[in-house]
Amino acid sequence: MTDTFEPQTFRITRADLVRYAGASGDFNSIHWSDRIATSVGLPGVIAHGMFTMALVGRAVTAWAGAPDAVVEYNVRFSRPVPVPDTDEGTEVVVTATVKETTDEGLTRLALTATCQGEKVLSLAQATVRKR
Amino acid sequence: MPLDQSFVGRSWPATEPYQVGREKIREFARAIGATDAEYHDPEAARALGHADVVAPPTFPVVFTMATSRQIIEDPALGLDYSRVVHGDQKFSYQRPVVAGDELVCVNSVDDITSRGGHDFLTTRTEVTTVAGEPVVTVWSKLVQRGAE
Repeated sequence: MTDTFEPQTFRITRADLVRYAGASGDFNSIHWSDRIATSVGLPGVIAHGMFTMALVGRAVTAWAGAPDAVVEYNVRFSRPVPVPDTDEGTEVVVTATVKETTDEGLTRLALTATCQGEKVLSLAQATVRKR
Repeated sequence: MPLDQSFVGRSWPATEPYQVGREKIREFARAIGATDAEYHDPEAARALGHADVVAPPTFPVVFTMATSRQIIEDPALGLDYSRVVHGDQKFSYQRPVVAGDELVCVNSVDDITSRGGHDFLTTRTEVTTVAGEPVVTVWSKLVQRGAE
């Protein structure tokens, strides 16, 4: 694993949110109804926080080089990810830097995720075991 | 109304076993766009030393979100779910979740705090096999936004 990573970009559309709702069992209506999302003060339908976390997890396992590499993974959801009802949807860009490598061979990554230039996660980090 | 502080430190009885299915892992992996062979192909997972397909790191929410209802839907806690947003999430793994696992969850309330008119509830879910082998610990912090 190198110390520098190419940023990874993930596109999110309404169809992705529907698919994630079904697969995860999270049917909260703010993730599929503009009417309900705006009624609780959101700009519109937003992505499931756990969907964003899953996409960042994909970036982590890709950088680690193994799908079962994650030992610890935590995030704070600092800002919602609005997903407009368009073909393009929106994009989340994920970056990482190596914070430390432990004696046990674990690598701790500091993660960022941005949408429209705004950070949507804070205090996000993952500890991975290299293969 | 603030959340009932007496919930801090409480644990609930272990949940009914959740059977981790190969097709459920594949479905979840497809939903997050994860194409790694080890999430889909048992042979590829066996090459990494696993008994069957491996679950992506956030997969446990499939069953932990449902089991944590035994806490958040207790009227005595005083949580208004319509004002709740997800604050923090953490997974700490002993080993990956693999298809064929039969997992039970023990939920606890780690912390309840108030700040700036908002209430914060931290739950912890200890996920083990039915035989008692620790697999993953999952923390979730929910934020109940202050009433208007």
